[in-house]
Amino acid sequence: MELWYSEAHTPYAKFSIKVDRQLYSGRSEFQRIDVLESKEFGRFLVIDGYMMLTEKDEFIYHEMIVHPAMAVHPEAKRILVIGAGDGGVVREIIRYPFVEHVDVVEIDELVIDVCREYLPQTACGFDDERVSIHIQDGMKYIRKCKDEYDLIIVDSTDPFGPGEGLFTKEFYGNCYKALKEDGIMVNQHESPFYPNDAVAMQRIHKRIVQSFPISRVYQAHIPTYPSGHWLFGFASKKYNPIKDYDPKRWREMGIKTRYYNTQLHIGAFALPNYVEELLEDVEDVE
Amino acid sequence: MDGLSQNRAPIAEALENFRSMRVVPFDVPGHKRGRGNRELTEFLGERCMSVDVNSMKPLDNLCHPTSVIRQAEELAAQAFGAAYAFLMVGGTTSCVQAMILSVCKRGDKIILPRNVHRSAINALILCGAIPVYVNPALNHELGISLGMSISDVRKAIEENPDAKAIFVNNPTYYGICSNLKEITELAHRHGMKVLVDEAHGTHFYFGKDMPISAMAAGADMASVSMHKSGGSLTQSSFLLVGKEINKDAVRAIINLTQTTSASYLLLASLDLSRKRLATEGEKIFEKVKEMAQYARDEINNIEGYYAYSREIINGDTIYDFDISKLSVNTLDLGLAGIEVYDILRDEYDIQIEFGDLGNILAYISVGDSYKDIERLVGALSEIARRYRRDKAGMIKHEYINPNVVIPPQEAFYAEKESMPLKDSCGRISGEFVMSYPPGIPILAPGEKITKEIIDYIEYAREKGCFLTGTEDLGVKDIKVIK
Repeated sequence: MELWYSEAHTPYAKFSIKVDRQLYSGRSEFQRIDVLESKEFGRFLVIDGYMMLTEKDEFIYHEMIVHPAMAVHPEAKRILVIGAGDGGVVREIIRYPFVEHVDVVEIDELVIDVCREYLPQTACGFDDERVSIHIQDGMKYIRKCKDEYDLIIVDSTDPFGPGEGLFTKEFYGNCYKALKEDGIMVNQHESPFYPNDAVAMQRIHKRIVQSFPISRVYQAHIPTYPSGHWLFGFASKKYNPIKDYDPKRWREMGIKTRYYNTQLHIGAFALPNYVEELLEDVEDVE
Repeated sequence: MDGLSQNRAPIAEALENFRSMRVVPFDVPGHKRGRGNRELTEFLGERCMSVDVNSMKPLDNLCHPTSVIRQAEELAAQAFGAAYAFLMVGGTTSCVQAMILSVCKRGDKIILPRNVHRSAINALILCGAIPVYVNPALNHELGISLGMSISDVRKAIEENPDAKAIFVNNPTYYGICSNLKEITELAHRHGMKVLVDEAHGTHFYFGKDMPISAMAAGADMASVSMHKSGGSLTQSSFLLVGKEINKDAVRAIINLTQTTSASYLLLASLDLSRKRLATEGEKIFEKVKEMAQYARDEINNIEGYYAYSREIINGDTIYDFDISKLSVNTLDLGLAGIEVYDILRDEYDIQIEFGDLGNILAYISVGDSYKDIERLVGALSEIARRYRRDKAGMIKHEYINPNVVIPPQEAFYAEKESMPLKDSCGRISGEFVMSYPPGIPILAPGEKITKEIIDYIEYAREKGCFLTGTEDLGVKDIKVIK
């Protein structure tokens, strides 16, 4: 049987995975959700036709969106996670014993339900007693928060569809307001490689630069995302991700990771020249 | 009515049918279904270009409709509860002008509130009618002009028993309604026609618990911007007439200035939008009302904004309020509405309908989603956090009592000279000055220029209002009567 999942990464380039079987297909108020199973990548979650995560490479994304900020902040106790209905971000966060409370705000309850059933590898994070789940638009939730969180992680889908509001200047400004005076915001920052993704990436950076005094971008290699080259944003009110980073302290916590390490932390902030240029292009505006 | 149901759209159906016949075009338009202008066709789409066609037998003729356009007009009349409805392709401006030209000749008086759209005063220039202004009341706290009070209307009618008509906004841009039913009865008792500008009131005909519509109130003519809340293409509107109006005479007036090459894109959009509102309008406007109410509640939780609603109703000058409108006062924030309007666009990529000195108006329609409402509210909350300032020195009044020295037509055609606006105090204006939107004149031809008016214009300019109306595009110079 020749059953393939394909995602157009551009109108002229596509990425395919041979599918063994379809485990779930459904539609919520917001989007279509599919879970497929493959030999190469294990189970994978697809939303509106776009690859969200695979069992094989999700560790890279989830470690990299969580650990750099957790390692820089001296003690992130109150954490807000927006999006992330698959649970992978939460799974990484709760590994830190000093975390007191994690609020997860996901707009689409069905994503959580489907992941709990078909993707326990990531959804296991939701069961920790420190975690509260709020089914709400992140944009709305954050508007009412002030000076509350040490860390906000924005694990959104792409800037088209239900996640669109999470890429706007009003959202980043509201995150700034919701953070304590030494808070950090980390966000999924799209890819610099294909032109359309790069434009989205620049728009995100421009808006964060306007909202936070410190705004840095770092990278990871995620095989199943367009071009494989993926970026994250590190926006902060006080801490610089390199200068205020204490590798020794993190190593002593003894958290075992498969991708992240203290050397890679430094290296991830060293970006290719073309990416630096794309970022600089939007930094000077105003 | 030969029994067509509101589920039908005779013009759109005729166009579909025409498209399928693959008629060879040796007539205009010269792009020949788009084949002759590939770039435009790629831009607009082939389906669109294939129905950009000329009047012809199977498609009827807007100037003299006998088949499908006639049917569409009859269906529209039925949907709106009018004796007849004209499909209009020159915007609601053309409707307003047709209304006034239909009932007023040179020298006739017409009673109207001064916060009319410029199209109404333009019509006075065209036909030479004399305006009798009723000052709309003013809400000083919000800085908006309201509806006409019944006692002011009665006074104007008694003082001008020879007036031919009275003109009413239903509602104003901000959503405020006068007591249209009582004004209509009063006018009719004195033999005057009632003309209603419903540019912002299409939904009154279809939504539940809405302010009364012109046709329901018994008014004689109404101009309805179907392209605003009705969902049709920009520039397409309906002119509705009541049973006391000779519709054939109105058609003759319309044909004085209307194009003889009416766009079938506009006509089909009116036809399909009428069908949609007639069949689903109630549901659609329930959703709009819910979204507007949600936005109002959320915005009112942010200190500094006041999103007003029915609580401002006072039984007279605010007889009713259109709750589908999202009007927000910004003065407590220390920001002019126009400043919030500019920040929303420049910094947050959010375009709202307009901002004046004290208010903003966000247009909510069936095309909106809660997701986008969250963006608007989120951005307003950010603006309050980042830009709040002392509110001292904010001008909020919006309405300046006009002093009409010469009728508009006479002033328009008089000998004029140009001079700096700042030095023009005491002269008689030969031109309009207005902020656009909303397009309500601050000065109109024939009105005396006062220091108060000059100060107001300069303040509006300083706050970033888009001033228009004068021949001088910079609105620094004004033409005054010699």
